Amino acid sequence: MKFVDEYRHTETATKLLDAIQSIITRPWTIMEVCGGQTHSIIKYGLDQLLSDNITLIHGPGCPVCVTPLHVIDKALAIAKQKEVIFCSFGDMLRVPGSEEDLLTLKANGADIRIVYSPLDSLKIAQNNLDKEVVFFGVGFETTAPTIALTVYQAKQLNLKNFSVLACHVRVPPVMNALLNDENNQVQGFLGAGHVCTIMGYHEYIPLAKQHQTPIVITGFEPVDLLQGIYFCIKQLESGRYEVENQYTRVVNQQGNPAAQQLLKQVFNITDQQWRGLGTIPEGGLTLADDYNDWNAEQRFSVTSIKTQEPSECRSGDILKGLLKPNTCPEFAKTCTPEHPLGATMVSSEGACAAYYRYRSHD
Amino acid sequence: MTKMTLNCPLPYQPKQIVMAHGGGGRMMQQLIDTIIQPIFDNDILNQKHDSAVININQSKLALTTDSYVINPLFFSGGNIGKLAICGTLNDLAMSGAKPLYITCSLIIEEGFLITNLQRILESMQEIAQQAGVKIVTGDTKVVEKGKGDGLYINTAGVGIIADNIEVNPNKIQVGDHIIINSDIARHGMTIMLEREGIEFENDLKSDCADLSNLVQILINQDIDLHCLRDLTRGGLASGLIELATHSQLQFEINDSILPIQESVKSGCDILGFDPLYIANEGCFVLFVSALESEKALNYLQQHPLGQQACVIGEVTAVNDKGIVNLKTALGSHRVLDLLSGEQLPRIC
Repeated sequence: MKFVDEYRHTETATKLLDAIQSIITRPWTIMEVCGGQTHSIIKYGLDQLLSDNITLIHGPGCPVCVTPLHVIDKALAIAKQKEVIFCSFGDMLRVPGSEEDLLTLKANGADIRIVYSPLDSLKIAQNNLDKEVVFFGVGFETTAPTIALTVYQAKQLNLKNFSVLACHVRVPPVMNALLNDENNQVQGFLGAGHVCTIMGYHEYIPLAKQHQTPIVITGFEPVDLLQGIYFCIKQLESGRYEVENQYTRVVNQQGNPAAQQLLKQVFNITDQQWRGLGTIPEGGLTLADDYNDWNAEQRFSVTSIKTQEPSECRSGDILKGLLKPNTCPEFAKTCTPEHPLGATMVSSEGACAAYYRYRSHD
Repeated sequence: MTKMTLNCPLPYQPKQIVMAHGGGGRMMQQLIDTIIQPIFDNDILNQKHDSAVININQSKLALTTDSYVINPLFFSGGNIGKLAICGTLNDLAMSGAKPLYITCSLIIEEGFLITNLQRILESMQEIAQQAGVKIVTGDTKVVEKGKGDGLYINTAGVGIIADNIEVNPNKIQVGDHIIINSDIARHGMTIMLEREGIEFENDLKSDCADLSNLVQILINQDIDLHCLRDLTRGGLASGLIELATHSQLQFEINDSILPIQESVKSGCDILGFDPLYIANEGCFVLFVSALESEKALNYLQQHPLGQQACVIGEVTAVNDKGIVNLKTALGSHRVLDLLSGEQLPRIC
């Protein structure tokens, strides 16, 4: 397959591994920001192939993992209501709320539908005017524009039976927060390629400079990741800390202006709670006042749901890179994909799920 | 940054059946092992094979049953009727049996078009005739509108196993070659794309086919088939994991050899699915000794359903946990594990 096979090519990967080996002189710790990158690393066993001098830690870039519990509980409260058709991306369905999850509600008869594009839920709304159709809009800057477009179109169509439960998060603020954390171990980042496809990478330039930390915008295939690591190690070894773009076939500095314009129009930047990480200043997006009529939190009066996150799950440490999934005392014991303690074990992009799926854990 | 909290919720354990209990993964396995199997417990059920093998008056019979609840009922490459007959024939074939008779129960939803029913039944008869089996008895029920999904079909099949033939997971040995007859994941991706109305150009067709004739050819050539497994729900990975667990052996599979059609690969990449876990309906793995591997390949490749046959791996060691290792194209290894339930499309 063109543009995929080249980036899974064994010889190219071997050359990059050799190149990394030839320039590395000391241990370095690099965080791959995005969960898709984590899964590729574990799936292809890149960490097994890399020099022992490189520690990869798995960042918070999994939208399912960082969606706070109170938002899941709001989703459950809305989805339970009789007149509601609740639409969601597939991987949100298994995430546990305080007491149950969307899959269980579905088993109990709630009308919960998996959609591939938020725009599909608009069609469902148009075809079911006697129902309230709600889309569960979670995700990073990558998915936010599609939800922005959906809300924008709902307004244009004056579609009154449609609304969005939105919980979008922004990557640069959380990277800033991780670097400011007193326990930070990250010396270099592999930036999230798909987020930068939309946003470009200008936002990362001040971050790299301020924290003297190289950021290499990186793709998702094995060759992408190895080249990203090579660029990052090269910078670290030579004392540079720049924003570098490995994913040039998709990302440019400006990103996608049309998508950014839409985001600006539909959403406002806000402080946002990240599951396991706490409140990140300017770490999220909320629907702008002009779109209040399509805000499900207000329509269904669930704004008051505030859930404490009790218990032992250490996904916060996982998301900060302070703990490897397989060194967590609960991993594969009390915490499994069937009975997850936290979202990092549930999501298809969660680090714990990746380790559980691709590594021996008995 | 504010002080980071490290909290997550306690797990919620389902008290009722959820869709994942039928997904061919770990939850289904647990349902069978902890609820269904202990109640019906007996030596024949415990064989855990695609068919039950029963001895009656010196004859060795294979008996199997399966229900078909597929949506859509008509899909590229087949329909629910063809699927039901092929599925039952294949389950019998996987125990080395020559299929003889099939039953057919229909649960039809009020309002279902009789012309569609006819088309489906004709497909069933066509496949049965080609395979030389008869559909000999059945049952017809009609349920109220909204209480069925158009049509559900249950079939059962019986076949006979020749005296000297024994095909089961207990016969798998260290050193065995693992052969696959065809490319993987075509049926699951075809259904998924049609069901969800995902609009991208593709040339996908389900691999739904009767494998019993191909298996009989191998048996007639005196190839000692150690074990056969058709790779339906849960795909190649789940099939191999079940066999490794049951036989307490370790398998190594070579990822770069696995035959996968380009459009299946693309579809999987777009949706974030792993083709190793996607259903097939005309695809099986075969365990034979290294000595007989080439002979088996030779006969497989001469058959229309085995043209892509190849050795995808081997049985490498005894391992009481039963492990399937996948060697990636880059030379690293990963362990294949049962998925919880069905794969869900990812966010981005």
